[in-house]
Amino acid sequence: MFYDWLIAIGNWSIPLFLLIVFLHASYKKLPIYDTFVEGAREGFTVALRILPYVVGIYAAVGIFRGSGALEFILSPVRPLLELLGIPGEILSLMIVRLLSGPASIGFTAELVDRYGPDSYIGRLASTLDGSTDTVFYILAVYFASANVKNPRYSLPVGLLGALSGYAASVFICRIAF
Amino acid sequence: MNAVFFFLIVAGILTAAVTGRINTITVDAVTSASQGVKQVFALVGILTFWLGIAKVAEKSGLIKLFTGILQPAVGWLFPSIPKGHPALGAILMNLSANIFGFGSAATPFGLKAMEQLQKLNRSEKASEAMCTFLAINSTSITLIPSTIIAIRINAGSSNPMEIIGTMLFASTISTVVAVSADWVCRTYLKRGKNNVL
Repeated sequence: MFYDWLIAIGNWSIPLFLLIVFLHASYKKLPIYDTFVEGAREGFTVALRILPYVVGIYAAVGIFRGSGALEFILSPVRPLLELLGIPGEILSLMIVRLLSGPASIGFTAELVDRYGPDSYIGRLASTLDGSTDTVFYILAVYFASANVKNPRYSLPVGLLGALSGYAASVFICRIAF
Repeated sequence: MNAVFFFLIVAGILTAAVTGRINTITVDAVTSASQGVKQVFALVGILTFWLGIAKVAEKSGLIKLFTGILQPAVGWLFPSIPKGHPALGAILMNLSANIFGFGSAATPFGLKAMEQLQKLNRSEKASEAMCTFLAINSTSITLIPSTIIAIRINAGSSNPMEIIGTMLFASTISTVVAVSADWVCRTYLKRGKNNVL
């Protein structure tokens, strides 16, 4: 029941949001298509900006996995992780997610490609990536931009938030799917 | 990230040398790299489309409208920001843009918010409002994860959108936990007396 609701929210959110954007824009008499094009122009630039990050991660993970190093590192922790419902492959995504947005998109895409979008790993990776953010990166950039040198307790708070997001992702994916 | 990158590649090559798989390393690197390129190009469509929509929502004032709805829900978390101060406006714009998955539109608002908060702070120590803002921002709730949905569509998912609900659940939990932890820290770890605010 709860699960049906979650799915329904998922199916409706984008069409409904687009509808609201377009109705509101036409009510405001905005030249919709011209404005759209103005913003969309940046799309390719953004893609080019993330390209080196994603390619770097794909290559590094390809080497790490192909060499057998991933298996070697995961084999001792795998039973413990699996007891918690965390496939070993997700662990690397959890670490990278805190550091870099483009890199974690690379990781998520790689896992979704490899295991399939509708596999447990594919769904968990998608949920996890979408529900958490780059704690280290955000704190570093935001504080640096404001010239703040002492972040006080914000790092442990952010990490605790991320950790609880990971736990919640695993929990909900085990129940819902 | 530099350390992670270094580790993945060096550990991979060393392991391959030991396990006798050194001949596959080059092939792995090249095929993976071109898969990465394919993945990015598959995302160009959604990035372009979504940035266009973001511009429409911004120019029509929809994001600003949403900011007004968000204000009562968020305002009370920042008792140290005076009423009507531009810092709160920038914070709300940043959160609104994040909620709709307009990532690259959110960052400028976020940096603006930090600049305004620093005007209130005037110290090298983070202010309480900054810590709260970053607790929310770094665990931000996203309603529409457009990039991830695109990845799933490109990979041939039978229902690419099914993760929005689970994601919303996990995201809400992490934000609630971070905001609560921030509140606890704020209440019990008062800043040093040598700091005036």
